[in-house]
Amino acid sequence: MTQPRVELLFWDGCPSHPQALADLRAAMADAGLDPDTVLVREVDTDQRADRERFIGSPTVRIDGEDVEPPGDDEPVGLTCRVYHRRDGRVSPVPDPAVLREALETAMTRSTP
Amino acid sequence: MSPAIGEAAPAFDLPDTDGGRHSVGGDGARQDAAATVVVCTCNHCPYALAWHERLLDVARDYADRGVRMLAINPNDAERYPRDSFDAMRERVRADGGWPVPYLRDEDQSVARAYEAKTTPDVFVVAPDGAIAYRGAPDADHGEPDLRAAWLRAALDDVLAGRPVERAETKPVGCSVKWRA
Repeated sequence: MTQPRVELLFWDGCPSHPQALADLRAAMADAGLDPDTVLVREVDTDQRADRERFIGSPTVRIDGEDVEPPGDDEPVGLTCRVYHRRDGRVSPVPDPAVLREALETAMTRSTP
Repeated sequence: MSPAIGEAAPAFDLPDTDGGRHSVGGDGARQDAAATVVVCTCNHCPYALAWHERLLDVARDYADRGVRMLAINPNDAERYPRDSFDAMRERVRADGGWPVPYLRDEDQSVARAYEAKTTPDVFVVAPDGAIAYRGAPDADHGEPDLRAAWLRAALDDVLAGRPVERAETKPVGCSVKWRA
């Protein structure tokens, strides 16, 4: 099995990334992946946000795919992302269940 | 400098999404309300959205005790169009109306005067015009069961004429989006 490439992109103006990183590392550990391999990258300028197609903080990508793919009309920029928990609550971070499922999907894909 | 607890709340007069205007008196002026809750908030921040219903519940629950709440959006709408006055009007309309007026702080002077840090950032103004509480609605944006307990406790103290026991907490949320 190839270890998926797990990225966390964040903007420091939003305080949610430590929680997102903790949730992501926990999900990776649960999946049998090394939590220290997560690539954490700060997006700190509008130019970088454009380049990265960054629609807000935090953004988690696994093998380049957003764990909650945004709509095509979602504007890029330095802002906080709005997520929804499975129970409907608004949240500043992805639901941990979504992270786990995205990791499982990536791992299944990479298994020959 | 941000007004400290016990100091006069900065005066303002701002337009709301329904064409009205709302003011807070400022320097030594007594308020008409038994207490005024000033909430710096916005449309696009997940923290503000997570606490939104809890704050509206406070407004509903304390309205018959003379408490008024004013929600103020100061964010730079040029860089964050979801916080424009039009977008604010559309949100209130889509929600079928709010129990609190939603005010636009276009030049950000009110947010600057209060030194608002985040959305949300909550201030309670006592009847004598002094700031009695400043901070978060409660300890966790992710726990609706907390019901904005810190804000409710502060209001209970103000309405009882007592000093607010927990007068200051750390505001938590998205940074206010200042104009460049």
